[in-house]
Amino acid sequence: MARAIEDFESAQESKEHDFEIGDTVDVYVRIVEGEKERVQIFNGTVIARKKAGQRSAFTVRRIVAGEGVERTFPFHSPWIEKVDVKRRGRVRRAKLYYLRDRVGKATRVREKVINRKSD
Amino acid sequence: MARRIRKTILGKKLGMSQMFDESGTWVPVTLIEAGPCTVLQVKSVDSDGYDAIQVGFDVTHKDTGKPMEGHFAKVGAPAQRYVREIPPIDGQEVEPGQAIDLSLFEGVKQVDVQGTSKGKGFAGTVKRWNHSIGPKSHGSKSKRSIGSTGMMQDPGRVIKGKKMPGQMGSDKVKVRNLKVIQADAEKNLLIVRGAVPGATGCYLTVEESL
Repeated sequence: MARAIEDFESAQESKEHDFEIGDTVDVYVRIVEGEKERVQIFNGTVIARKKAGQRSAFTVRRIVAGEGVERTFPFHSPWIEKVDVKRRGRVRRAKLYYLRDRVGKATRVREKVINRKSD
Repeated sequence: MARRIRKTILGKKLGMSQMFDESGTWVPVTLIEAGPCTVLQVKSVDSDGYDAIQVGFDVTHKDTGKPMEGHFAKVGAPAQRYVREIPPIDGQEVEPGQAIDLSLFEGVKQVDVQGTSKGKGFAGTVKRWNHSIGPKSHGSKSKRSIGSTGMMQDPGRVIKGKKMPGQMGSDKVKVRNLKVIQADAEKNLLIVRGAVPGATGCYLTVEESL
């Protein structure tokens, strides 16, 4: 019985986005304005990722006019067109909630430098 | 006007999940294992006074008792746990031993699902009838009490139908007009939007909505 639920849920894990915690990303979200549909870009740092199969979600944080804005997207949502990684971040935590307490320059995440040798 | 005969099938609740519907909204869904049901007996006006099909669902290796054993053996079917009568199928003759599966529900948009609700035991009026609770402190003696049950000498009795504590749940409950999201006859999987009565694994009767 539990198998049927598992099969049903795993069949819906349709999307693959390649990003990690700390990355700066552009999330392309489809939005409907009246009749028209357009794509909106939400740019920010990935501060959390909830791994829960088809219910997975990720949180993107950005600063708008000095005010922190966070948006949580369902990972497999059909409204998300794509997620573009702009910059890889080097972080030591799985959840970057400490960024919420920081302002200004302190909110920056160190960039991950890819070692050419290991590539 | 002739009464329309509703398509009916027996099933089992597999549990609930969520999914994105066609408009991208996150909706709750219930998975139901519906069918295949084996026809055990065909009742007709001539022999029984009414038309019906008796079907069994959920094959079991358990002992069902001598009378039922003979009943299953008569049509050469394995023992089954859930046996119910369903209305005859419109424009289709059925024979004992034949299987009825979800392909019957092709094109059906909405269904009614009937099952036995989860038992809540002997429940007080707050839980059972949504009564308000009394004050919790200051020497209160009416925290979750039933309160007054009526007047005094006149009428001198409790009015019939007074909401009182008692058994709650384990009732026959029917939820109407659930949207069918998928009816897969191959997998015997019926997916409906929303919740259906009962715990996971309980037996259900699914019928086409009016």
